[in-house]
Amino acid sequence: MTTTVVSQPPDAPPAHAPVSSIMSARRRRRRTPVTWVRGGGLSTLILGLPLLVIFGLFSWFPIVRATVMSVQTTNLVTAPVYVGLDNFTAVLADPLLGTAVTNTLYFALLALVFGYPAPLVVAVLMSEVRRGKGVFSALAYLPVVVPPVVAVLLWKVFYDASPDGVFNTIVGWVGLGPFPWLQDPSWAMPSLVLEATWAAAGGTIIIYLAALTGVAPELYDAAEVDGAGVWRKVWHVTLPQLRGILFITLILQVIGTAQVFLEPYLFTNGGPANSTTTIMLMIYNYAFQFGDYGKATALSLMLAAVLAVLSTVYFKATSSWSK
Amino acid sequence: MTSSRRTLALTLVGALTLSALAACSSSDDEAAEGDTAATDEAVTIQVAMDEGLEQGAIDAFNERIEQFESEHENITVEAQEYNWVGTTFTADLAGGTLPDVFTVPFTDGRGLIERQQIADVSEQIAELPYAGDFSETVASAGQDADGKQWLVPIAAYGQGLHYNRALFEEAGLDPDAPPTTWDGIQEAARTISEKTGQAGYAEMTTSNTGGWILTTLVYSLGGRAESVDGETTTATINTPEYTEALEMLRSMRWEDDSMGSNFNHDWGTSHADFAAGKIGMFISGGGDYGNLVTQNAMPEADYGVTVLPLEGSDPAVLGGGTLAAVNAKATPAEQAAAVEWIDFYYMEKLTDEDAAVADAQVTADQGQPVGAPVLPVFDKATYDESQEWIADYVNVPLEQFAPYSDNIYDQPLAAEPPVATQDLYAALDPVVQAVLTDEDADIDQLLSDAETNIQGIIDAS
Repeated sequence: MTTTVVSQPPDAPPAHAPVSSIMSARRRRRRTPVTWVRGGGLSTLILGLPLLVIFGLFSWFPIVRATVMSVQTTNLVTAPVYVGLDNFTAVLADPLLGTAVTNTLYFALLALVFGYPAPLVVAVLMSEVRRGKGVFSALAYLPVVVPPVVAVLLWKVFYDASPDGVFNTIVGWVGLGPFPWLQDPSWAMPSLVLEATWAAAGGTIIIYLAALTGVAPELYDAAEVDGAGVWRKVWHVTLPQLRGILFITLILQVIGTAQVFLEPYLFTNGGPANSTTTIMLMIYNYAFQFGDYGKATALSLMLAAVLAVLSTVYFKATSSWSK
Repeated sequence: MTSSRRTLALTLVGALTLSALAACSSSDDEAAEGDTAATDEAVTIQVAMDEGLEQGAIDAFNERIEQFESEHENITVEAQEYNWVGTTFTADLAGGTLPDVFTVPFTDGRGLIERQQIADVSEQIAELPYAGDFSETVASAGQDADGKQWLVPIAAYGQGLHYNRALFEEAGLDPDAPPTTWDGIQEAARTISEKTGQAGYAEMTTSNTGGWILTTLVYSLGGRAESVDGETTTATINTPEYTEALEMLRSMRWEDDSMGSNFNHDWGTSHADFAAGKIGMFISGGGDYGNLVTQNAMPEADYGVTVLPLEGSDPAVLGGGTLAAVNAKATPAEQAAAVEWIDFYYMEKLTDEDAAVADAQVTADQGQPVGAPVLPVFDKATYDESQEWIADYVNVPLEQFAPYSDNIYDQPLAAEPPVATQDLYAALDPVVQAVLTDEDADIDQLLSDAETNIQGIIDAS
């Protein structure tokens, strides 16, 4: 038996390579600028160019610029000076950082304990309403429509700590108060969380209401047949059915609360006695009170790194659910 | 996306980023490069004009611009609305959106110089005919450590105790005889609070004002915030004077309950509440009458102001005022033109009768106050002379200023802490807030921590 030697070009895949590899190699070999243009590459690029330019200018460029500024001493007027990691070490050595981190975590905790379940409770109650559900939905969503700054300034008036303040008058009707609301270090943060919960709950309620419509009525019917009351139906049917959406809103809330700025800035400017100074407020003060953009961007990057970890958790969790 | 497309896209993005960086860099470099422009080079400058002026005032401002341009044919002046606002100033400065000539409070002068965020026009200022005549204390707010005048002081005041005459009368106090001692102020605050239900005395506490007013108190008790010895600056915060001032506040807050229920006051809210009759007394700049009456609609008859009591050893009144600055991004030719404008617009009315009268007339026509007592930028004789020039246009109730104007010129005036002024005030805000919101606040510990913190800030700067 003779052996036939088939000559192969030097870059050809070995004869025993899988078919898909061979096809892939042929595709690579055939690609030229002409084929790329004919394949629609140029038109894709032209169509995508505005997006790339806008993203580049308004999203990626600031990120690059912030990263550069974090290793500089700069006030954006005089020439920047490279300082290595000095800004990071200075921020980490700032005695206020620990307070800001603690306050941010405290805000997140309070929002989690009180602000997180509240929309769920309201949504479940509203889902049980037979008539006028639209009115309740509109009322629940109304705070979201109010511009955040207006809402905070309104609540600031309500939080008047004098006995004839709005909230103190209301609690006075039941023999409580007057409370110091924003005027006491131990009261200030819970007061901020209360307003933030009111302001944000509407959006979450709508999400929960939409999710609740997806829960099969047969499950409740079966539970009722088994003798379950309202609480057992919520615990054994509603919550398991909403598990996915609950986890997503949880992650989003944690990320959102880590970036809390509006409330401490407008209500108390971080006071009294730094009791509401958060990380974002610290970043703001570095940049716009003291003009130290190096420290501001250094702390921003550190916060971004922490949030990136949280986001990774979020993506991993959601990708496993989608499978 | 295949790898080649991804590579192409990344290359594109990289090029885009680099080009944007390059574009940004080139714009930054323009001002830095500068040139040795002659002063007769054709140049256009933007100058600050108060925001929210009525048309008559705008017309008057434009008329001044025309006068200036007729005297300086090579200079074109464009008005740009501007008011110094603490929350936006730093961003405007960094963003390059400030006019070529703008104004800042005394508290910001040293910091801007230290960080070189304004143009060094000290050589041009030194050539002005009155450059050597500035009051020493006033001039220091716009000088660097070597005494070079980077900014021009255009107005000055001493801190004063503003009081509401209507609340004084309601509380049975004589509004023509305001308290002259700190004990008297505390007693009056207690009386006002008891008799009217309003805050007898209020203190600013946020946005650096807490440190500012606390330091004002300390100066009046003989203390200082910083001690400068050659090139060494030492924070002097943990001192008997700071302790005394805070103990006084604590006593008013927790023993007398005479400070109301709002301890989050900044400059704006304190003035608004005072004008609305919610505050009996508070400390602020002696020149705040215009803001209170025109912007906060305080009834003219309710306004009163007096000097701060000076007690202890070497007490002084903390001074304040307004400085005119030139944008660091202005070219040398624009800088020269900017100093010409400062001389023409801000300073001439202080030294020239015709300019003073014209300015007073326009101001009075606009319903703005004329003649409220301030401190002299130069010397008392020059100030008195300028007041005589505009006597016909004075429209403020001078007799209600008497407790202030009869005494302020005899009180020793002291400049603000020279190093890291705003940072120092910011570090003291939480101290004041803690004393006013926590009955058990440890004043010694607070001051000790603040001193360590501030010394670190001073050393870093």
